[in-house]
Amino acid sequence: MLDPRLFILNAEIGFNAGDMIVQLVMFVILLALITKFAWRPLMNVMQEREQHVANEIDTAEKNRQESERLMKEAQDELKGTRTNAQKIIDDARQTAKSEEAEMIKAAKSEAERIKESARLEIEQEKERAVQALQEQVGTLSVQIASKVIEKELTVDEQEKLINEYLEKVGESK
Amino acid sequence: MDHGSPMIEDVFGISWLDFNLSNVLMTFVASVIVFLIAVIASRNLQRKPTGFQNFMEWVVDFVKGMISSTMDWKTGKQFLPLAITLLMYIFIANVLGIMFMVEYNGDLWWKSPTADPGVTLTLAVMVVALTHYFGVKLKGGKGYVKDFFSPIPILFPLKIVEEFANTLTLGMRLYGNIFAGEVLLALLVSLMASGALEAAAGFLPMLLWQGFKLFISGIQAFIFVMLAMVYMSHKVSHDH
Repeated sequence: MLDPRLFILNAEIGFNAGDMIVQLVMFVILLALITKFAWRPLMNVMQEREQHVANEIDTAEKNRQESERLMKEAQDELKGTRTNAQKIIDDARQTAKSEEAEMIKAAKSEAERIKESARLEIEQEKERAVQALQEQVGTLSVQIASKVIEKELTVDEQEKLINEYLEKVGESK
Repeated sequence: MDHGSPMIEDVFGISWLDFNLSNVLMTFVASVIVFLIAVIASRNLQRKPTGFQNFMEWVVDFVKGMISSTMDWKTGKQFLPLAITLLMYIFIANVLGIMFMVEYNGDLWWKSPTADPGVTLTLAVMVVALTHYFGVKLKGGKGYVKDFFSPIPILFPLKIVEEFANTLTLGMRLYGNIFAGEVLLALLVSLMASGALEAAAGFLPMLLWQGFKLFISGIQAFIFVMLAMVYMSHKVSHDH
């Protein structure tokens, strides 16, 4: 079934100098060509990519630092602005408060003034009324007196009395 | 099923210059396939890789990892093209023998070129020669020679033996694995060809063995390149 000569397969193959030379030359040529046409370009691309990635990482790192710096700046700015705004509001409140107090004071003094003038007017009115009343009382008392006296006084005496009165009034005026 | 080899002997009348045309052909085929794969993958290169370029970059990174595990990347950088080419070439050469074998006029034409000891030893000798070359180049002649006498001078003979042993094992390991795989494949094929019952019985082992041989092809390519880089690092690195 099995050919025993199989076990001496390639038995006559020894070391053929020609094969060796061909193999060596072929391999050297292959090495030279493949290095020139395949490995060099391939390695260049790989190296270039390595460089590229390294650059990208550097750039990214730089950008990150820059953005961090900018963010911090913005935060500082925001904080400053907030303090500023607070200050403005406080100022406004202060101003409003002082204005309010001033206005109240002004209003109070105005009210006082009005009250005073009203009081003065009332006083004057009162005086006038008293005066008028005095006059009225004078006339009325004269009339009453005349009515009482009429019966006992003569016309002459009456006239004399009136005149006396009138003179007295005139003096007191 | 007796395989012969398409030999041409005594080319140009030189008595030692023999060619096994099958090896020549398969070496050429493997080289062309590797070249095409590499060139197609690195055609239209982009910074944002897609498809084939991704795969090739994965291979490059993989080999990069292998080199950096044996030596400083600064010195190892220059061996990257060599290592990738070796890895791909050996892997493709190994895999070529899995798919099919072609016989013509009783001669075996299509097989793994790495199933021939001459081919694998050539690669091994080339690698070891390169380690010596770079050893002298990177450490200077004095440093290179001094390495043979360190850490203690008495190890010098062993170091010399080691060089030959390294070369021989590097080449023979690859040859042995691939050749054994092909022998078993040929056995299975001849079993399946001898009758219907045998074909049914041999189908599953055949499938399994082809899968396993694919695995071995990858592993052997990896081991070859890894050892090449280890030998290289012994010669070029300063820290011992």
